[in-house]
Amino acid sequence: MIAPTTIGLAIFYLWPIAQMFYYSFTESGPFGGQTWIGAENYRALLAEPSVFQSVLNTLVYTVIQLAGIPLAVLFATLLNQRGLRGRSVYRALYFLPVVTMPVAVAMLWRWMYNGDYGLVNYLLSLIGLRGTHWASDPAVALYAVAAIGIWMSLGYNLVIFLAGLQGIPAEYYEAAAIDGSGAVRTFARITVPLLSPSIFFATVLTVINSLQMFDLAYMMMSTPGSAAGSGNPALPRVRTISYLFYQKAFVEHDLGFGAAIAFVLLGFILVMTLIQFRLQKRWVHYG
Amino acid sequence: MADGTMTGRRPMRHAGRVATHVVLIIGAIVMVGPFVWQLLTSLKAFSETTRVPPTFLPDRWEWSNYLQVFDLLPLGDMFRNTVLMTAGRTLAQLAFCSLAAYAFARLRFRGNNLLFGLFLSVLMVPSQLFLIPQYVIVQDLGWVNTLPGLIVPGMFSAFGTFLLRQFFLALPRDMEEAARLDGANPLQVFWHVALPLARPGLLALTILTALWSWNDFMYPLVVTTDPAKMPLSAGLGTLQGEHFTDYSILMAGSALATAPMVVAFILLQRHFIQGIAFTGSKG
Repeated sequence: MIAPTTIGLAIFYLWPIAQMFYYSFTESGPFGGQTWIGAENYRALLAEPSVFQSVLNTLVYTVIQLAGIPLAVLFATLLNQRGLRGRSVYRALYFLPVVTMPVAVAMLWRWMYNGDYGLVNYLLSLIGLRGTHWASDPAVALYAVAAIGIWMSLGYNLVIFLAGLQGIPAEYYEAAAIDGSGAVRTFARITVPLLSPSIFFATVLTVINSLQMFDLAYMMMSTPGSAAGSGNPALPRVRTISYLFYQKAFVEHDLGFGAAIAFVLLGFILVMTLIQFRLQKRWVHYG
Repeated sequence: MADGTMTGRRPMRHAGRVATHVVLIIGAIVMVGPFVWQLLTSLKAFSETTRVPPTFLPDRWEWSNYLQVFDLLPLGDMFRNTVLMTAGRTLAQLAFCSLAAYAFARLRFRGNNLLFGLFLSVLMVPSQLFLIPQYVIVQDLGWVNTLPGLIVPGMFSAFGTFLLRQFFLALPRDMEEAARLDGANPLQVFWHVALPLARPGLLALTILTALWSWNDFMYPLVVTTDPAKMPLSAGLGTLQGEHFTDYSILMAGSALATAPMVVAFILLQRHFIQGIAFTGSKG
């Protein structure tokens, strides 16, 4: 019964990890084939500024995505109020970006962000502000991409938190009300601690997903007639680890270097996840 | 239903409720507004999209933009590729994952813990780590620009196995015991007893796999180079990359590519949200 999945996973997932490890110590010959070069890729990686910059970009993006979590907790709490009308309509509307294709979403935002004709700059002009070319201004492009990321994942986190909130027994709130606890205090003392397993889960997932971000950055950077966004001046400041991996492995066909970058990504994911599991004892309450 | 913030007296309560709706409506506009703008732009003439200040409704409704996308891109082929890729991966995962998940949940066999540990390790590893070897395998098999190339690696899933195993573990054992005492073999018990009971899990896996396959980008971008062989995601990527910046056409293309999943979501809303919430509580 387990044979099909075991064989499939072995061929397409488990064996590739081993192969990738081997690749990361090789370079591609001009006529194909891999030659062993020891730790050369890893040394080159440390020496290349674009690697450092892409790690930094990825971490900045990830930290900004974490700001989406309190936002989702806030909206989930608003939506969870007893007797609120239109809850399921709101929930569906907020969830819509989760089911739309990230590539299409990125195209849509690229249009909204357009420096000359975009809706964002028009709305800013109404309140007397001047926008910029959001997708190609190196100073802001990463933040513009990060804003899309938060917008896209809000509905997902919201649903996770709504499920968590509905698991909190009403008696706790009744007891708090009898004790004369105000809304803010109730939120801080009851809602947040009892929701903490869901918050922890959403945080771990957000970090893992953000560290791998590719689609949005790729689509925001792509420029007519140039491979992998190389014509966009903001590319160095937006390129994530995953983007650099794609560029090295599949545009420049340097499989070994690409493999080494993939292991850097794995390292970040493992370390960040491990840290979060270590820290959870301090703040996550399991009932 | 828990009540987190409304503890005040009546007038305050009413004011609070109004404020809540104001915040929620502003939020909803931010969430849905971009899609409205996408649809409106897709129906304007190119010259109108570059007007400052922008018009809200189109001066003339250019429905022909939606036909023009088909001239620029082999959109029909891309739709077919996406549907087949999504259906192929989803059906295969339903079959393979449920079998493996049931075995892990119920059967004791040599090395089951070690094997399950290996499955879990796949869950922890980012997809970028499989991509190069998967590409090499697909290339060696001559599957670049083919449907098998798009479908086959996605037929197997550690996540799906794990998800369904949780469902099988939560099922009461007595019905399966009874079937076994009546002489049913494990496969029969699986098919006639366990699988029907695990329907919510199968539905959740169907929705999640279909959504991820439909929207998958990096993998198809790597294993297809011919636009007619691409799914929509990779196809749209090349449309924006290689062609001009006629945003009315780009918006028509992106609206068409997302429409099927949005329609599926509207029809199966409760199941989509339950599926997501389920991964949240069991993850």
